[in-house]
Amino acid sequence: MTEKVKVRIDGEVIAATAGQTILEVARTNNKYIPALCYMEGLSTVGACRLCMVEVSGVSRLLPACTTPIQEGLAVATTSPQLESYRKMALELLFAERNHVCAVCVSSGHCELQTLAQEHGVTSVRYPYSYPRLSVDTTHPRFVLDHNRCILCSRCVRTCAEVEGAHVWDVAGRGVGSRLVSELQRPWGESTSCTSCGKCVQACPTGAMAEKGWAVEEMTKRRAAVSRLTSMREGE
Amino acid sequence: MTTKKATAEGLRLASAAAEDVGSAGNTGATQPAEAQRPAMQTVTINHVSRIEGHAKITIKLDDAGRVTDTQFHVTQVRGFEKFVEGRPYYEMPSITSRICGICPISHLLASSKACDEIMAVRIPRAAAQLRELVHCAQFVQSHALSFFHLSAPDLLLGMDADPARRNVAGLLEEHPEALRDGIALRKFGQQVIERLAKERIHPSWVVPGGVNTALDPQVRAKTLEELPSAMAIVQRTLALWKRALDGFPEEIASFSNFPTMYCGLVGPDGSLRLYDGNLRFVAADGSMVADQVRPEDYATHIGEASMTDSYLKAPYYKPIGFPEGIYRVGPLARLNVADRCGTPLADAELEAYRARFGRIVQSGFHYHYARLIEALYALERMEQLLAEPSILETKVRAHAGVNNLEGTGIIEAPRGSLIHHYKVNENGAITWANLIVATGHNNLAITRGVRQVAEQFISGKKIEEAALNRVSALVRAYDPCLSCSTHQFGVAAVAITLMGPDGEVFDEVTT
Repeated sequence: MTEKVKVRIDGEVIAATAGQTILEVARTNNKYIPALCYMEGLSTVGACRLCMVEVSGVSRLLPACTTPIQEGLAVATTSPQLESYRKMALELLFAERNHVCAVCVSSGHCELQTLAQEHGVTSVRYPYSYPRLSVDTTHPRFVLDHNRCILCSRCVRTCAEVEGAHVWDVAGRGVGSRLVSELQRPWGESTSCTSCGKCVQACPTGAMAEKGWAVEEMTKRRAAVSRLTSMREGE
Repeated sequence: MTTKKATAEGLRLASAAAEDVGSAGNTGATQPAEAQRPAMQTVTINHVSRIEGHAKITIKLDDAGRVTDTQFHVTQVRGFEKFVEGRPYYEMPSITSRICGICPISHLLASSKACDEIMAVRIPRAAAQLRELVHCAQFVQSHALSFFHLSAPDLLLGMDADPARRNVAGLLEEHPEALRDGIALRKFGQQVIERLAKERIHPSWVVPGGVNTALDPQVRAKTLEELPSAMAIVQRTLALWKRALDGFPEEIASFSNFPTMYCGLVGPDGSLRLYDGNLRFVAADGSMVADQVRPEDYATHIGEASMTDSYLKAPYYKPIGFPEGIYRVGPLARLNVADRCGTPLADAELEAYRARFGRIVQSGFHYHYARLIEALYALERMEQLLAEPSILETKVRAHAGVNNLEGTGIIEAPRGSLIHHYKVNENGAITWANLIVATGHNNLAITRGVRQVAEQFISGKKIEEAALNRVSALVRAYDPCLSCSTHQFGVAAVAITLMGPDGEVFDEVTT
């Protein structure tokens, strides 16, 4: 497991440990690759497609979060093509739901918003789908707003892997996919939810939030969730 | 039906001053309308310029060219009350403040007060003082905008001035000192808002339960330091305006100069209130109709009639009925309902105003005068609030969940009483919302006022420039915010249509 391998990221030769993913190696070595569904301490799913990278000798793009490194791998983290795809992926996320930063509790602290700003998304080139989506306010302390959900599934993994309650899942297919709590029960009626709030802290947008915060006030403590797993690994 | 539209002085919602300058070359409201016009049968003022939002006016004439009917239409719908259903109540201040970029603070405050009711909290003392402080700053900037940027071109350059020059650019040439004063005064108000709330437009500082940061002593010091010069501007302008008033006998006589009831918030002692207080209705003769109506009881006194030809509803005084229950709100109304302002300089000005025009002032033209007195009051009130040691207290927010399923918040927005009324379910999701904004209350009065001005200044089948501008100026005197009034979104300002007895359009003008 501790076998050392050498990889090239953006031309720089980097020593890494076999079994690590491209994204892990890149982040450890201060090479920036954007990602939304990835969160340290959780399993990886490769859902958001923002961490796509170019690997020499491979004709298609690969997600950095799920691709393990190999000896001699050469990765490009950025290129005009990658930038254009990442921008497109972000725009499609905006077009799919009703993201209105101006009135969002997470505005200013939102990973989607930050990435959009970093990638110069000043407008969305695709027609908005304006789906009619509900807001689950049934939990006494937290709220789930499907309008702001990007289906990154961080909450699903946090609840299942860190808290061990597995309240959340994604139901449906494709554009009809929706986050559901406990087989479609309203969150507040879930019997397995421990109300720990880790899912809320893991959520990259304002989709999950603590009740009572006004616009721009909801800040998340994502590192606290990641820290929990790293502490356990050290035991 | 022959219609012809001309665009002139097209002033848009957002940056009034810049737009006004920008449209200087695009004026001349009636020239195209007058050119080669056959004997046509309707006049539309489409649209009234230098107001916030968009409206259209139709004036109907009989065969002899006499005014038989007028209509004030607000032409778009926005639907805030409907689409907020399902949202958590604590998001309402930020959502509803997006109704308007001119006075988002008004909606923030009314909405937050409604949310305070839902939470059943009494907000900390400093929070209430800070909310009133930011509200006063907003009054100063909004009244400065209305008086200097929007109305001063009519008032200082003259109603009959060349429309190409009757704008901020014209003011710059002829009354640069007044324009400078106006800009400085508005800037003062806006900067106080920015210092307190971090942003001038759509800040998130006012929240359900209070405000989210305490007052920085440096902001207090800076604001106190700048207050005297703002005060001097308002006093200078009041002196100027009191002298200038003699030049507008016809406008004073015909601008909504009719008896109506008046409505506004007053304190327990009957003095002027902007942030807090209960509603008072007084009759045209000054007699008390209803006093100390608590915010939660507004619906027993105010009814809302839907109009067939406008998206703007017409509120009326319920016990009297529609449309006889006409009442007005805003600066004129507030000074009519209040016994006194409660600050020394504003009270002295109020006394002079009442000595000149009576205890109850009916002419809509005096909205301008009343606005200046209120600006003085707001500045004095800011000074009083900043002098309170408790304003620096750091406990500025109350936290609570849903403790009431209904909440009503009323404040006096610069343009008049603003009512936010929400119902929520046990989980705090909005199930029903009703907003009544200042311009709505004035709907019936503006419509009737348009008729009065039209009868005075329009004869024949064409709208002369002078008449067009007076009809527009009447609307402007109310400083209507039409985007707020229908919670709407749109592009045009105000259109006036002159229509014959059989519906034939004589003339149509876009301003």
